[in-house]
Amino acid sequence: MKKIYIIWLRELKKYARSKSRIIGSLGMPLLFLIVLGFGLNSFLDVNNGSYLDFIFPGIIAMTVLMASMFSGISVIWDKQFGFMKEMLVAPVSRTKIMIGKTLGGATTAIFQGLLIFIISLFIGIKISSIAGLFLALFFMILIGVSFTALGIAFASRMEDMQAFPLVMNFVVMPMFFLSGALFPLDGIPKALKIISFLDPLTYGVDALRFGLVGISQIPLWIDFVVLAGFCILTISIGAYLFNKTDS
Amino acid sequence: MPMIELKNLTKRFDSFIAVDSISFEVKEGEIFGFLGPNGAGKTTTISMLATLLTPTAGTAKINGFDVIKNKDGIRKSIGIVFQDPSLDEELTAYENLAFHAVMYDMSRETRDQRISELLSLVDLEKRKNDLVKTFSGGMKRRLEIARGLMHHPKVLFLDEPTIGLDPQTRSHIWKYVKKLNKEEKITIILTTHYMDEAEKLADRIAIIDHGKIIAIDTSENLKDMLGGDVVSFKTPDSEKISNEFAKIKWISKLKTHNGAVDINVSKAEEKLPLLLKALNKTNAHIKSISVHEPTLEDVFLHLTGKTIREEEATAKDAMRLSRRMWRR
Repeated sequence: MKKIYIIWLRELKKYARSKSRIIGSLGMPLLFLIVLGFGLNSFLDVNNGSYLDFIFPGIIAMTVLMASMFSGISVIWDKQFGFMKEMLVAPVSRTKIMIGKTLGGATTAIFQGLLIFIISLFIGIKISSIAGLFLALFFMILIGVSFTALGIAFASRMEDMQAFPLVMNFVVMPMFFLSGALFPLDGIPKALKIISFLDPLTYGVDALRFGLVGISQIPLWIDFVVLAGFCILTISIGAYLFNKTDS
Repeated sequence: MPMIELKNLTKRFDSFIAVDSISFEVKEGEIFGFLGPNGAGKTTTISMLATLLTPTAGTAKINGFDVIKNKDGIRKSIGIVFQDPSLDEELTAYENLAFHAVMYDMSRETRDQRISELLSLVDLEKRKNDLVKTFSGGMKRRLEIARGLMHHPKVLFLDEPTIGLDPQTRSHIWKYVKKLNKEEKITIILTTHYMDEAEKLADRIAIIDHGKIIAIDTSENLKDMLGGDVVSFKTPDSEKISNEFAKIKWISKLKTHNGAVDINVSKAEEKLPLLLKALNKTNAHIKSISVHEPTLEDVFLHLTGKTIREEEATAKDAMRLSRRMWRR
């Protein structure tokens, strides 16, 4: 446990020390929230609520998705800067290293999501209930852990950061756009709808929206079962691939 | 019982044999030098001993533990300073060492005491709380050495510890290595492609080339193998000269390479006039003549027919062919 803790702590320290990373990763979500949110707010009503209220849980999900995926993939930096070797020759199992890195990455990603949440409150968005906030936080943890583990799985198969844009464009962005973060899923063509329901993030966005603004299209227990299953799957795949990676 | 014991250790990458069935033993408290050109298989051997790579064949034991069957036993027994930097530059010197201590199950009290002990050994106690990215190359190396020693390992591996450092820093590092061998009574395995480094530090030296060990001995004995001083002739007519020298009985060794003829004779100063007389007969053109005591470079030349630098050029070609070698 102590070893997992120190690996987790290292991720947090590095995160807290890199101000540019914190500020830089707020840019895109804020752009979406403010430009799309306010831009479309005036002439769109979704489920009898304002558009801004509708997309803000989706933007938080996006923030956590991107931040966790990025910290998972950044395991490659550890390889390139040699620190991975230091961990691999230590008397510690690779699974523990992987779990420590996953928890560390997820923690920073959730923190990032909470920052967006706080900024949202400042621009006038209201949440429905405090209990809902805790529910949302729980699902942010599930999203954060799942995608950090997925990022580590990718990183275990990648040689350097050059493949990162590939993952961003072909995994992260489609997942985000298909998740129903920006529009309700009932109005879209059937083929697209099927794909959307295959996207695990759809369930995360739905649960966050239920918790934060009280709107939902999928029963909460389904959200939970799907995301928890996805989380277990990505951790297993991540741990398996990380165990096989070269230093 | 030897501290380290290798038996027919082999590593193959696809068709490329990086380490070819090597065997040797290292005694406790010894500084053992592993000398050879880049790409000869030194780092691959170290990686196998450090459990980072699984051997294709053969066995190795450190401190009684088997590298394949008891990885954790080995990991606790060794400290390692890699050829490439492996510190976290975003953390402080203290944090890097503390991370290591937790990974090696050290208690909190012993940890802090050990950290200040080692930071003073490598003269870094004043920089304890500075981020590593503000350190110079030599300071980073020293910190890595301190980190490798944190958990009181039985064996310390130093893989090219002074590569890319300036001469002054190199001699500092040498001083630290000598000191900790004495004070911590630790067995040290040192890989290097610098002759002077091996000569200065190592009690015994294994010369490795193309994945094979071609000689193991003290540097004195290795040099004695050549039989006397080295006289080196730079010349375009190396064939004429070597034919003439082949007739002289008191020349113990003769080697032609790359526009030069090297011979070994005892008491070279007295033999030089006789050599010149012999050369006069051949009408060969000679650019320069030098006389020196044998160095490990001469030993390497004698054993492989090439200098280490010539050997490195071909080793690099081999590495380009085998792309796997570039993957660290």
